[in-house]
Amino acid sequence: MSPTAAKARRLLHLPPVAALPFPYHPGSLLSASDLSLDGLNHILTRATALENLDPLVRDRILAKRRVALLFYESSTRTRTSFELAAKGLGADTTLVSSLSSSIEKGESLKDTGLTLRALGAETIIVRSNFSGAPWLLEAETRLPVLNAGDGMHEHPTQALLDLRTILARLRPGVETVTAETLAGVTVSIVGDILHSRVARSNMLLLPRLGARVLLCGPKELLPDLAAQAGPGIPPQQQGPVAGDPGIAIERDFDAALRQSQAVMMLRIQAERLAGQQLDLEEYKASYQLTGPRLAAHAPSAIVLHPGPIIRGLEVTAGVADGPQSVILEQVKNGVAIRMAVVERALTAKANQGGRA
Amino acid sequence: MTALVIRSGHLIDPAAGVDLLKDILLKDGRVAEIAAPGKLKQANGAEVLDASGLIVAPGLIDMHVHLREPGQGYKETIASGTAAAAVGGFTSVAAMPNTFPVNDSPEITRWMQDPERGAAIRVFPVAAATRGSKGETVNDFAALKSAGAVAVSDDGQPILKDSVMRETLAAAARVGLSVIQHAEDTRLMQGAGGNASMNLGPVSFKLGLRGMPPEAESGMVERDIRLVTELRDARAHLHVAHTSTAAALAAVRQARRNGLRVTCEVTPHHFLLTEEHVGLYNTNAKMNPPLRSAADRDAMIEAILDGVVDSIATDHAPHAVHEKEVEFENAPNGITGLETALGLCLRWLHTEWKMPLGRVLSLLSAQPAALLGLKGRGTLTVGSFADVVVFDPKAEWTYNARETKSKSRNTPFDGWTMQGKVRWTISEGRVAYSAETT
Repeated sequence: MSPTAAKARRLLHLPPVAALPFPYHPGSLLSASDLSLDGLNHILTRATALENLDPLVRDRILAKRRVALLFYESSTRTRTSFELAAKGLGADTTLVSSLSSSIEKGESLKDTGLTLRALGAETIIVRSNFSGAPWLLEAETRLPVLNAGDGMHEHPTQALLDLRTILARLRPGVETVTAETLAGVTVSIVGDILHSRVARSNMLLLPRLGARVLLCGPKELLPDLAAQAGPGIPPQQQGPVAGDPGIAIERDFDAALRQSQAVMMLRIQAERLAGQQLDLEEYKASYQLTGPRLAAHAPSAIVLHPGPIIRGLEVTAGVADGPQSVILEQVKNGVAIRMAVVERALTAKANQGGRA
Repeated sequence: MTALVIRSGHLIDPAAGVDLLKDILLKDGRVAEIAAPGKLKQANGAEVLDASGLIVAPGLIDMHVHLREPGQGYKETIASGTAAAAVGGFTSVAAMPNTFPVNDSPEITRWMQDPERGAAIRVFPVAAATRGSKGETVNDFAALKSAGAVAVSDDGQPILKDSVMRETLAAAARVGLSVIQHAEDTRLMQGAGGNASMNLGPVSFKLGLRGMPPEAESGMVERDIRLVTELRDARAHLHVAHTSTAAALAAVRQARRNGLRVTCEVTPHHFLLTEEHVGLYNTNAKMNPPLRSAADRDAMIEAILDGVVDSIATDHAPHAVHEKEVEFENAPNGITGLETALGLCLRWLHTEWKMPLGRVLSLLSAQPAALLGLKGRGTLTVGSFADVVVFDPKAEWTYNARETKSKSRNTPFDGWTMQGKVRWTISEGRVAYSAETT
């Protein structure tokens, strides 16, 4: 198309993209972008309050409320973490997993969701190998739905617990966040970004608090267009180049490390490679986080990892167990965050803590 | 057969260059007489349809639909699909061969046209190019043509092998049929699993969905054009189905400049919607080819307005509700389109983007008739088939998918404002659809 024709075309009236109805329920947490700053602060504050509460008092908060965990993928930490969080608040939990249920017999997500609702579930925590499954489940059941990881798409509670971990280390004492709280902080996310729901949720969350996110990895696992997957800028504020100033790609791992206050290492998701070939020795040479590399380029950065860790691949054992690792703090923060998120699911009223 | 007079309508027949108030007499399935209002000579005793204030045009022709019969009557039948077509003003549809079994035989081709199917309008089968649409063995096109096939295609299953596509083009040219190619190099799909479900780009990355690269379409179109160039002396005719990328259109544009018989169609969804309309996993915005980028969509509009596009086709692809109420990656490709095509074309191409009404109607009738070699259709001259659509060009209405005549309602246009309300659809002299009037 010629430039003048393109310009003329831009003046055409075009069909609008309809506003989306999600989330239907104010207690749902489907995407890291569902939360306004107020909603985010509510969760962070409640996480701390619930964590500090006497367990015998805490377990009356959601006494006998019914929480269903619907897991289509294997999971250790997320499932256990949600389960402990819900039980810690006194809720009854029930686990439906793909290997011991009607899912095996070919029941659809819609039917499983409606069945759980009929059984009295008041909220459903769902993990699916399909991107977007929690949106379908919420639309069909209209229950508060908590996304515990959907395909390659999002894992919002992981981003929240990562944020809590980063705040505790880099902004100790900060109780409430603003759009500037993480100004000056660079977080590198390293490795298999393409297949990572953890990366996508963090890319939506951290830039909104002022952090700069550097994506680092080889082209096969980090396509150039990933830089455009941030929270976005309203079109009227966009410059000539579309994209997000909060997110950039840096393929040189050492250069990324030198700029980072936090480094988030990701596992290579072999199960999602779908036939792609990857030279692991080459990968390790370029992107493995080793003790010497960390000491040379980021001696004071914190090291995060959402797990499961493949020791000796993306990180060495020394780094995973080393003084800069906050991996187990992440796990601990997960329970606190998920208590706040489950409580919100079962107590939220319309227009409370939703996206402004 | 009773005679019908369409009185005082504004006749627009782009192929004949007519754009005037006329009375038309339809008799024995044909146009018997056309005259200035009140001047018909043979109209005595004929039933009269008053078309004052309405447009009278050649019945619309959709050269790309899926009627699902034989084999998938729960999605659509020939009867229900053609009923929906009649609502949309169509009097002819070309039915793609990806049925169960695949329409690769004269028997199935004839079966689809049998009056027993209960079609409301004419169905013209497009036969499979290769046995079982497997892309290996080229079918007997002479036999398929004499059974009624109007083109050949392995729609949905691109013909990947160069040698097979070359043979298909040459064999079709020998019997005067066009080859309709669903241009998609499935070998380029990212990941061996091939579970790509939308356009590859920033939106697919953001949604965590595997993407279909635009090059999968344009690369296949370029390959096909190379083959047509080699077969230039045989006058091979390549028709590119549901073109969706700027690069594929550029290739078609260049081929035309080089004097090749390369034509293309564009669907309403590809000139109106983009990958952004997938929203949060709306399975009614999932089809193949997928909704593309805004730049691609703009290129579709550009090419329609400047005449590179030869036809608007719907790629009407019904699926049952339960098949679409699943995870995005598990949902089948396709949307319905027969009831919304005219309303969208008038609303957007004509009113918003100022395309003359005659040109819009030509893309929906005269041009597809010529591409499929449908003699006596796509025009309303004396002696041609009495295939007519009568519509109110100004009427605005809202599409309600629940009221569809199709068995399925998988459309992204539910609730959209349409322009141009069909009053009557007449197929070979019979009223196939009549809007209820109050």
